[in-house]
Amino acid sequence: MTDNPSVAPILELQGVNKSFGVVHVLHDVDFAVYPGQVTALVGDNGAGKSTMVKVIAGIYGMDTGEFRFEGKPEHISGPKDASALGVEVVYQDLALCDNLDIVENMFLGREVKKGLALDEGNMESRARETLASLSVRTVKSVRQSVSSLSGGQRQTVAIAKAVLWNSKVVLLDEPTAALGVAQTRQVLDLVRRLADRGLGVVLISHNMGDVFEVADRICALYLGRVAADVPTKDVTHSQVVELITAGRSGDLGIQLDTASAV
Amino acid sequence: MSKTEVAASDFAIDSKQSATLGDAAKAYLDRIKGGDMGSLPAVAGLVVLVIVFSLANDRFLSTLNIANLFTQAAAICVLAMGLIPVLLVGDIDLSAGVAGGMCACITALLIVDQGFPWYVAVLAGLLAGALLGLVIGLLVARLGIPSFVVTLAFFLAIQGVSLKLIGEGGSLRVADPFLRGITINNMEPLWGWIVSIAAVSAYAALTLLRYRKQVAGGLQHQPLSVLLVKIAGMAAILLGATALLNTNRSLNPNFPIEGIPYVLPIVGMLLIFWTFVLGRTAYGRHVYAVGGNAEAARRAGISVLRIRVSTFVICSSMAAISGILAASYTGKVSASSGAGNTLLYAVGAAVIGGTSLFGGKGKAQDAVVGGLVIATIANGLGLLNQASYINYLVTGGVLLLAASVDAISRRRRTAAGIG
Repeated sequence: MTDNPSVAPILELQGVNKSFGVVHVLHDVDFAVYPGQVTALVGDNGAGKSTMVKVIAGIYGMDTGEFRFEGKPEHISGPKDASALGVEVVYQDLALCDNLDIVENMFLGREVKKGLALDEGNMESRARETLASLSVRTVKSVRQSVSSLSGGQRQTVAIAKAVLWNSKVVLLDEPTAALGVAQTRQVLDLVRRLADRGLGVVLISHNMGDVFEVADRICALYLGRVAADVPTKDVTHSQVVELITAGRSGDLGIQLDTASAV
Repeated sequence: MSKTEVAASDFAIDSKQSATLGDAAKAYLDRIKGGDMGSLPAVAGLVVLVIVFSLANDRFLSTLNIANLFTQAAAICVLAMGLIPVLLVGDIDLSAGVAGGMCACITALLIVDQGFPWYVAVLAGLLAGALLGLVIGLLVARLGIPSFVVTLAFFLAIQGVSLKLIGEGGSLRVADPFLRGITINNMEPLWGWIVSIAAVSAYAALTLLRYRKQVAGGLQHQPLSVLLVKIAGMAAILLGATALLNTNRSLNPNFPIEGIPYVLPIVGMLLIFWTFVLGRTAYGRHVYAVGGNAEAARRAGISVLRIRVSTFVICSSMAAISGILAASYTGKVSASSGAGNTLLYAVGAAVIGGTSLFGGKGKAQDAVVGGLVIATIANGLGLLNQASYINYLVTGGVLLLAASVDAISRRRRTAAGIG
């Protein structure tokens, strides 16, 4: 199903099913993330996007299916396993502590220590390097308290926190949902730069403009099934909207007999 | 990740921020306007109180009374210091005062009835405090009962325990020469000078060493002038207090009283210890994180449960130390030790010092600054020989005032976007 035979997926889900009690949320989902590409995960509310992100992050276990990372099957039993592989999730609510500064937030829970004490110098330099490597120019001081940052800057910090740990796959949950035009611009540029550094990026978004701007591939979910997983250049705006709302568009998507069986 | 060159333009503010004393003063003023007042209300309050009380009673500023005031403040400061981690995670411990009383009871009983040496008895008291904190912490964090309710229940129950331990209406004498000596004996004046000069030198050396490291590593740092002002301020306070306490303050010329009461270096050491733990260790960082955003802390892999329980253990253990110091000062423990307004004094001290009741903001030093304010009120009102109803009214009013300042400054912080 891949259109890039030259590039092997870094993360792959195959035949994943997930139910909560009687509610079958994910049906035989196949999903792949390629290094150096932005994969957009789109779908209506309740399509299963969040569930899928949580399965990848290790928060939910999968009922059946396979999780492959760099070609090897892996068993993910918790968030720690996912981050050990280099999979980081930036949630929509960002999970930053307002009372801590940027450096403190970026290293939260993984502080660098020198003996008993924290190695503040090391952490501050590394935070600064990471932000600089992402060409973040909007933050003027890494010792600024997070509460003094704008929405876009917070998103930037949350993303920088995710890439600080040599992560290989970053999942971004609606990173531009609450941002203005200029800030959306900054964050989208940052998303593109992440992929250009060779990371596999998953962008969950409702905003078709954003998706078409930065995504290399689009994976549309419809009622817990993958309706289509296609390169962005092969589809149009309206086709994607149809995939999201109806699960198919022309010869793309779930065929009628399957779709009606949902 | 490969080493990335940080361009000079990146994070320009980090290396240039408040380059001069004037800039630093301006930045400080901006922070105050934004609602981040730190210890400023406490220091201002202290100045006002000292002026008012010294005008009202000429004995207030006598060296004997000032030394008394410091000793009185010690137990309040220690209790407030213990409360700060609990307040930082956004909880409250209403039982800390009586917990200190109960632990002091246990210590006194072991010495008086069982004949244990003081250190065994003190250790047992501390252990009792830690255990109590563990139970409270588990009830709050594990079972999910609001800390307010759990500790209110313990506030009542612990008084019952103390009453049972001591017997109705009785009290225990704390006559152990060492324990009693902590608050009534003083250091030799020479030793007082040695200790305070050593403390100032160590502070200056550490500050300057850190500054050099920060400059060398291209890290954010405060301008040298600000650091020098801080060192000078610290030296003035410590050496000034030493000079004051080293003069003879006795009213009877035949029995000179001079030197620093032993309790003050004890409070100083606790202050240094908790400043280090809260400010420089991963544990301290996690306490702040849980208070700032528990969900973020949980996702960062921090055990929120363990952090919350640990703060109650710290609080009750520090309460035990505070209770023993109070017993040392009064020379006795009774079933009502630590009841009454003890806890409100300590909460008031922490809040006046700048610790927020909403969690996530505060430092160990707040306890000492605020503790001095509260002790000044208690001491000054005592000297004025007011009826005790005034004492209650004033203390309640001060606590309410401090909490209002906290709430208002928090609102302004949110509006101004300062943490």
